[in-house]
Amino acid sequence: MSASAPGTTFIVLMLPFLAALIAPWLTRRLGHNAAWALALAPAAIFIHFLGFSAEVAGGGIVTGGFQWVPSYNVSFSWLIDGLSLTFALLISGIGALIILYSGGYLKGHDQLGRFFSFMLLFMGAMLGVVISDSFLMLFVYWELTSITSFLLIGFDHSREASRRAAIQALVVTGGGGLALLAGLLVIWNITGVSQVSLLLNYGDELRGSPFYLLALLLVLGGAFSKSAQFPLHFWLPNAMEAPTPVSAYLHSATMVKAGVYLLMRLNPVLGDTVWWETILPVFGGATLIVGTLLAIRQTDLKLMLAYTTVSSLGLLVMLTGFGSDYAISAAVLYLVAHSLFKGGLFMVAGLIDHEAGTRDVTKLGGLRKAMPVTFVAALAAAISMAGLPPFLGFLAKEEIYYALWATDPWSLAFVAVAVVGNGLMFVIGFAVALKPFLGPKVKTPKHAHEGPVLLWLGPLTLGVAALVAALISPVTHRFISSPMASAIAGQPETVTISVIPHMGPALILSLVTIAFGVIAYRMLDRLRAGMAWLLAAIGWGPDRGFDQFISGAVRLSVAVTRLVQPGRLDIYMTVTFLMIAAALIGPMAWYGEWPAMPVWPEDAQFHELVVAAIVLIGLVAVIYARDRLTAIVSLGIQGFAVALIFMLFGAPDLSFTQFMVETLAVVILALVMTRLKLHASDHRPTLQKVVDMSVAIACGGGFMLYLMAVTQQPFNTALSDFFAAYSKIVAHGANVVNVIIVDFRGTDTLGEIAVVMVTGLAILSLIRIRTPRATVADNDPDRRPGKGPAQGREVS
Amino acid sequence: MEPILAILVGALFTVAIYLFLSKHVIRILMGAAILGNAVNLLIFTAGRVTREVPPIIPGDADALTGAAANPLPQALILTAIVISFSFFAFLLVLGYRAFQELETDSSDDMRVAEPVGDKTPPSGY
Amino acid sequence: MRTVIFRSIAPYLTSLMVLFSIFVLLRGHNEPGGGFIGGLIAASALAIYGIACGVAPVRRAIYFHPMAIAAFGLFMSAMAGVLSVFASVPYMSGLWIYPVLFGVEIPLSSVLVFDVGVYLVVVGAISSIALALEERDRD
Repeated sequence: MSASAPGTTFIVLMLPFLAALIAPWLTRRLGHNAAWALALAPAAIFIHFLGFSAEVAGGGIVTGGFQWVPSYNVSFSWLIDGLSLTFALLISGIGALIILYSGGYLKGHDQLGRFFSFMLLFMGAMLGVVISDSFLMLFVYWELTSITSFLLIGFDHSREASRRAAIQALVVTGGGGLALLAGLLVIWNITGVSQVSLLLNYGDELRGSPFYLLALLLVLGGAFSKSAQFPLHFWLPNAMEAPTPVSAYLHSATMVKAGVYLLMRLNPVLGDTVWWETILPVFGGATLIVGTLLAIRQTDLKLMLAYTTVSSLGLLVMLTGFGSDYAISAAVLYLVAHSLFKGGLFMVAGLIDHEAGTRDVTKLGGLRKAMPVTFVAALAAAISMAGLPPFLGFLAKEEIYYALWATDPWSLAFVAVAVVGNGLMFVIGFAVALKPFLGPKVKTPKHAHEGPVLLWLGPLTLGVAALVAALISPVTHRFISSPMASAIAGQPETVTISVIPHMGPALILSLVTIAFGVIAYRMLDRLRAGMAWLLAAIGWGPDRGFDQFISGAVRLSVAVTRLVQPGRLDIYMTVTFLMIAAALIGPMAWYGEWPAMPVWPEDAQFHELVVAAIVLIGLVAVIYARDRLTAIVSLGIQGFAVALIFMLFGAPDLSFTQFMVETLAVVILALVMTRLKLHASDHRPTLQKVVDMSVAIACGGGFMLYLMAVTQQPFNTALSDFFAAYSKIVAHGANVVNVIIVDFRGTDTLGEIAVVMVTGLAILSLIRIRTPRATVADNDPDRRPGKGPAQGREVS
Repeated sequence: MEPILAILVGALFTVAIYLFLSKHVIRILMGAAILGNAVNLLIFTAGRVTREVPPIIPGDADALTGAAANPLPQALILTAIVISFSFFAFLLVLGYRAFQELETDSSDDMRVAEPVGDKTPPSGY
Repeated sequence: MRTVIFRSIAPYLTSLMVLFSIFVLLRGHNEPGGGFIGGLIAASALAIYGIACGVAPVRRAIYFHPMAIAAFGLFMSAMAGVLSVFASVPYMSGLWIYPVLFGVEIPLSSVLVFDVGVYLVVVGAISSIALALEERDRD
């Protein structure tokens, strides 16, 4: 089969990125109709992955890839089994519809090309997450989905709410990504494998490790933040600031399921422990209830859907946590069903917003005549969401009740949670699908009529898909549900449920749910008022907490900055030199390796001592000089004395250079100093002098001791011998110093003369640029009245 | 001879750092000039010193034989001297220009980049 | 500083120093000397000329802008390394030729080209700094 060739799969994985690259150009050419062309990319991906379904349905696993960083044993490799295949099909299939929908939704938007680009980038990243076999690749793609999500939420970046939501999503999911990385590294450390496909054999080893809990908690940090589990759920509703196609695609159908995907992927190795089977159901159940209750409170169609997405994710986590055969099949069915109906409902909400001009459910009504196709699509999605036959949602809900039903109190509690959650989702589903369409016609900001084909094609297709998938359930199970459930369970599983209801507790629970839903639907307004009152009474939520966290972080960093950067040069200097002194003296004190007491060099000659004394005199004179000129001359004296030292110890080159440099330094110092009207001497308070002198002596003494210690060690002459031996034979030069500079180390010298050159340029520009005095003290460009930065400087 | 040079290096560093800790730009500049000498002499001494014989291969020999100064530190220092000089010149001009613009040579009063009572960053998004 | 005597001898002094600097540069490979020292001597010569007679005559005398000289030197040094491409040896390998001119064998090398580049960079950059600072004297 040619489609399974590794090269093709790699190209397919890169296809969204390539499409993202050409999207702006294509959009400039074709306008919103570029959507038709760009949707070909996900469609091609969909078809490519469809090619694997026969093999995967037969229990096969397709892997491929190549070495990426061989030295670290990191590979770019992929794994296609039931789980990743289902996700890949959902991502590419819904992706194609969303691209089309975006074309209609943002028609005429001047940033449409950029939008397409981001969407396709996200698609590539998300595909990478579910298809990755190597941990590192998984992490990279995982963070890439966070980043693209940030870009998409902040797409309308001129609004503050949008920026806040984008930053919030990035902080929460990006932070979770770091936890995930840590978790994967722990797992890597425990098992020694860095690939998911190999990891599956190490389940017992991992569960038996003392670091199991650490790895679990870190991985859960990643999964829970991405999949918006309570109490990290708050970013998801805020992410509704993004344009509706983004909400439909990222924040309901695909990205938020990455956390669930991860849990499902790691279920065979991390699952089946007390921790797993406690943490996941508890957090999942809490998320389910909190999500639905908050959804009731909302009147914005998108926010209602967003909160039910939170609760659906909770339900999925809860089911994954139970880990029984039925729970896993239920999770599989619900995941697929949810992607189809929630994606569809979001697109319907966007369509209503687009055509009627509002998405406030209390200001909508009677649209069924104006928007019949939308109404049908909405109804199909809502029926699936409510779990009524004959849609896929019904199968999922039946399977959920099968999985949960037992008579011990622990299970009964979760049954109750599921019934309440499902019942409230029933309410929201129908509130979104019925309220805007039924009842008397309400005046809307825009005159509503049916949207263009680009807009209703997506939701309608998804609705039909949910229906067909349920009607031909044996086929669905053979190609989708069973392989996926097998991959999650780590052993072969068969899903059998069909649209024909079975008599039993599950059916009764379904009926209870529906009854509860119908009653709640009729009381929706009162429930909403009650929730509003309750939330106002509580008054604090994680969303507020996020603001407090961010402002606290800003205040903390301001305080730390003020502490470590007080803006006083002398403080910086003191700290720096103290550190240097500590670095010099510390190791010697720690290891007790002080230099031996130096013996007086008997061979020291009188003139050498005189030169050394001149250096010292020059130094003292620099400090105590009464006026600047004396200081400069003293500076020159010590410099010339150093040049003499070079001369005395066999370095004529250095000596000449030093003489010239000291002369020039004294000359230009004198040139500049004569022009400065300065106080004659240094004013330091006595205490300051004592402190400064102590620091200076500590540092200087450190250098002295260090140098003594070094010179008391035997000297390794290997390098010098090399230069001495080959200077003439190889480089034809007798002056070894010069040969080193221009030949052996020529490239170094090239860099050094470049530095000299750049310094010269910098000095010239410093001398020539003049800044008007008034603007110097004020570096805030907004506070320069009537002066642009271009006028701020002039060249003399 | 190394112990004496080591003491000299220590003295050069001490004075350079003492000048660096001053608030006056001109004294910091002088510190920079002395610091260059200190570092050069440090490298020179660490490569061990030999009296008077420069590392130049005699006309009739193919390689440096007998006692001669170590050429490697000399090569390092030679470029270092020129670079530290151009760096010194840059600092000098920088200090001079700063004095012209800000009318002060005290580092305490040079607060353009880090103003006193800097505003807290905006708390919005 | 601008005494008559100083002003009178400065041009000669400068010429001598520049000549000496070139001598120091060329002998550098076998005797003490080289591009850095030579460049510094020449730069000091120009600085002295500038102090004695003003900056404008110096700028006229060297004709090119000092930074242009430095840039040319940097280019020359970099190109000296590139020469080794034609001999198929690694970058910056020294190459030598010995043409005989008037019966005297003159050793020429890419290393010498490199050293001359160093000389020009040092002359250009340092004298440009010195001249710029001297120029500020009058405003």
